[in-house]
Amino acid sequence: MSSLPLVSTAAPGRFVPVAASARSMLILERLSAVPKLAGVTPASRLEVRPSPQMVSSGIRELDALTGGLPRGCLTEICGPASSGRTSILLATLSAATQRQEICALVDISDAFNPHSAAAAGVNFERMLWVRCGHLQKSGSPQRHRVTENKIEKPVEQALRVTDLLLQSGGFGMVIIDLGDTPLKMARRIPLTSWFRFQRAVEHTATVLFVISQVPCARTCASLLLKVSGKKLSTVSSQLSAETPTHAQFLDGLQVQGELLRSRLERKPAGSVTAAFATKVG
Amino acid sequence: MSQYFACIFVPDFPVEALLRAEPELRSQSLAVLEGKTPLQKIFAVNENARRAGVSPGMTKLQIEACSNIVLRERSLLQEAAAHAALLDCAQSFSPRVEAAGCNTIVLDLAGLQPLFGPPPKIARALARRASDLGLETSVAVAGNPDTAALAARGFSGITVIPEGNEANQLGSLPVEVLFENSTQESAQILETFSRWGIRKLRDLAALPDVALSERLGQDGVRLQALARGATSRTLVPVEPPLIFEETIELEYPLVLLEPLAFLLGRLLEQLCARLEARALATQELRLCLELDNNNGATGVPAHPSRQSFHRTLRLPIPLLDSRTFLKLLQLDLKAHPPGAPIVKIQLAAEPVRPRSAQNGLFLPPAPEPEKLELTLARIAGIVGEDKVGSLQLLDTHRPEGFRMQRFAPEPFSPQSHRDTEKNNSHFLIQAPSKISSVPLCLCGDDLVTALRIFRPSVDVAVTMQDGKPAHIACPGNKAMQGEILWAAGPWRSSGDWWEKEGWARDEWDIAVQAETGIALFRLVRDRLDGRWFVEGTYD
Repeated sequence: MSSLPLVSTAAPGRFVPVAASARSMLILERLSAVPKLAGVTPASRLEVRPSPQMVSSGIRELDALTGGLPRGCLTEICGPASSGRTSILLATLSAATQRQEICALVDISDAFNPHSAAAAGVNFERMLWVRCGHLQKSGSPQRHRVTENKIEKPVEQALRVTDLLLQSGGFGMVIIDLGDTPLKMARRIPLTSWFRFQRAVEHTATVLFVISQVPCARTCASLLLKVSGKKLSTVSSQLSAETPTHAQFLDGLQVQGELLRSRLERKPAGSVTAAFATKVG
Repeated sequence: MSQYFACIFVPDFPVEALLRAEPELRSQSLAVLEGKTPLQKIFAVNENARRAGVSPGMTKLQIEACSNIVLRERSLLQEAAAHAALLDCAQSFSPRVEAAGCNTIVLDLAGLQPLFGPPPKIARALARRASDLGLETSVAVAGNPDTAALAARGFSGITVIPEGNEANQLGSLPVEVLFENSTQESAQILETFSRWGIRKLRDLAALPDVALSERLGQDGVRLQALARGATSRTLVPVEPPLIFEETIELEYPLVLLEPLAFLLGRLLEQLCARLEARALATQELRLCLELDNNNGATGVPAHPSRQSFHRTLRLPIPLLDSRTFLKLLQLDLKAHPPGAPIVKIQLAAEPVRPRSAQNGLFLPPAPEPEKLELTLARIAGIVGEDKVGSLQLLDTHRPEGFRMQRFAPEPFSPQSHRDTEKNNSHFLIQAPSKISSVPLCLCGDDLVTALRIFRPSVDVAVTMQDGKPAHIACPGNKAMQGEILWAAGPWRSSGDWWEKEGWARDEWDIAVQAETGIALFRLVRDRLDGRWFVEGTYD
């Protein structure tokens, strides 16, 4: 490619700088003349991706921290056991079902407790519960024969089920519960699966919500929140050494959330936190 | 306005009834056999077979000499289904329908012109609808039912006879067309006509009335009136029952599911076309497969009689999509295979009114019912039927007091949505401007602490100290080992003591130091067998 003239030589003996806009036009014209680059759109001309619609997570503090949950994106909440992940899940599920949305919960470790969900206000009529695990062998002999070679691990089942749910479309929220999945298995989920899920929900009204012990979806998650439980002393406000055990009770959890990644808010990672408490229902 | 009647006639009806299930045979020479071996005779043939020299009454042995003739057994069930389809076709146009024979349907066209257009257009639409149902028909429209029936039997394709021109148009037809079925009496009359040199209806119509009456009696007069197109009678309408059933009797037993799906697809297409003709949908499909248990290859013990295999597919909403039904049946049969070769397939649909729903621009997203059904069936194939659905809480304090039920979300109702919003208005927050539709938002203090259940529960060994658990040990789980930092309880509960499945337990909430922090568990002691186990973790 020949070098681009940065100055105009229209007037003999006098160099006039070409205006910036004219120069960029000139560059574009030259670039478009190159056959290999004919279909390439310059970055300066790319349209700004529209910001996704946000819905409430059902928790005021989390909404203030994250701006809500983005539709058409993957949101991940990670944290260790007893850190409040499931409480957030139930609050989110409750808010979504009360918005009359159809939700699906892919429960990899079959850990969902209906009574907790009922206390949180989840509308069961609008929630599809998929309990992953090994197929029961107590069916008919023919069925056992057919399915014997197809017994899958719960994580594999969950990935296939999630694929089907996302391809079906129309769900307001699809939740993948990896909360009790061993770290080894959770980390083995290939990035391509998360990328496929993220692409499947893109440009749809579905909120893809994942809870896990450690971040699994990596760069595919548009919103990544880390939650952690506070000290034991905050577990019960009425706890003291003199209180007999039968008079004590678990009051709730103190949960702290930290925003690790948000492609929407552009907040500095790891610097924004929110705290809230849960109560035993 | 003059009155018109239309007649739909199916030539070679037994052949057409078979061709509905096997349309690929339409281009071949097909003969239908009737009777028991070795006395089987040709009962009906199609046009190709007729051209090849095959005619009804020939024996199977005579046919076997001809090449390229496809032979099929006569199926009364398939003929009944074809007749029902013909009635459905007529009923989709007019409520006044007469079944003049198994292959002839006459319908009154009074009042249909504003809806469907002039009589020729109606005739074309009737032929098209019958073709959609898998039947090649002749349709005729005339001023009286008998003339329409004669014209439909005599002329192929679509015939419209204007009023007053009946005798002229019918005149070219042979006299044999007057007799639908060959009986001894009709044979005698035809012989008489033959001796008189009367070949066409025109000849019969030209005979003097009195002389014909003297020789053939009232039958002769009636036949002459028919030939002149001058009869007049009232239509006898039938009210066909809403039974939608299709059957295929197989020549050879089917072993694989793939060819079965092929045949099921055809049956479903026919059923859906019939339902559509009656503006109906279905919410229940019943599949009945007759199995050949004498085939020892499957390992099923031989049984002298055939065994039936039934599957019922119940849908939460009325649907009318043959491809969706086929996929659902395939998934169901994959999960519940028949277990023996199939010799007969019977498929019935329970008719219901189609659902009427209109989506709105501002309604929350919801899956399409057809797609949702397929997705649920596929998921059931992955995780098991009892592991997918919505849950229903039972009126009991028993742990795991819930049951799974079919996931069938109610259609969204704007009224209930408004009520929900009104009830939750006190929860509304001043959300950031980007958050849309926030009907419910709780502050942290109102959140419920969730319990995650371990299924199955984890057995542990617990050491008690001063009446409360002090140490927990679980060989297979490191997180549930060590000193109990804090415990609250016991919360005692019991129930169903009057039944075999009675239960009694003490629950403790305990805190244990784990690697990642403090873990809270629900520890349970079964008071009936003294077993300690961890039911779940608070999260």
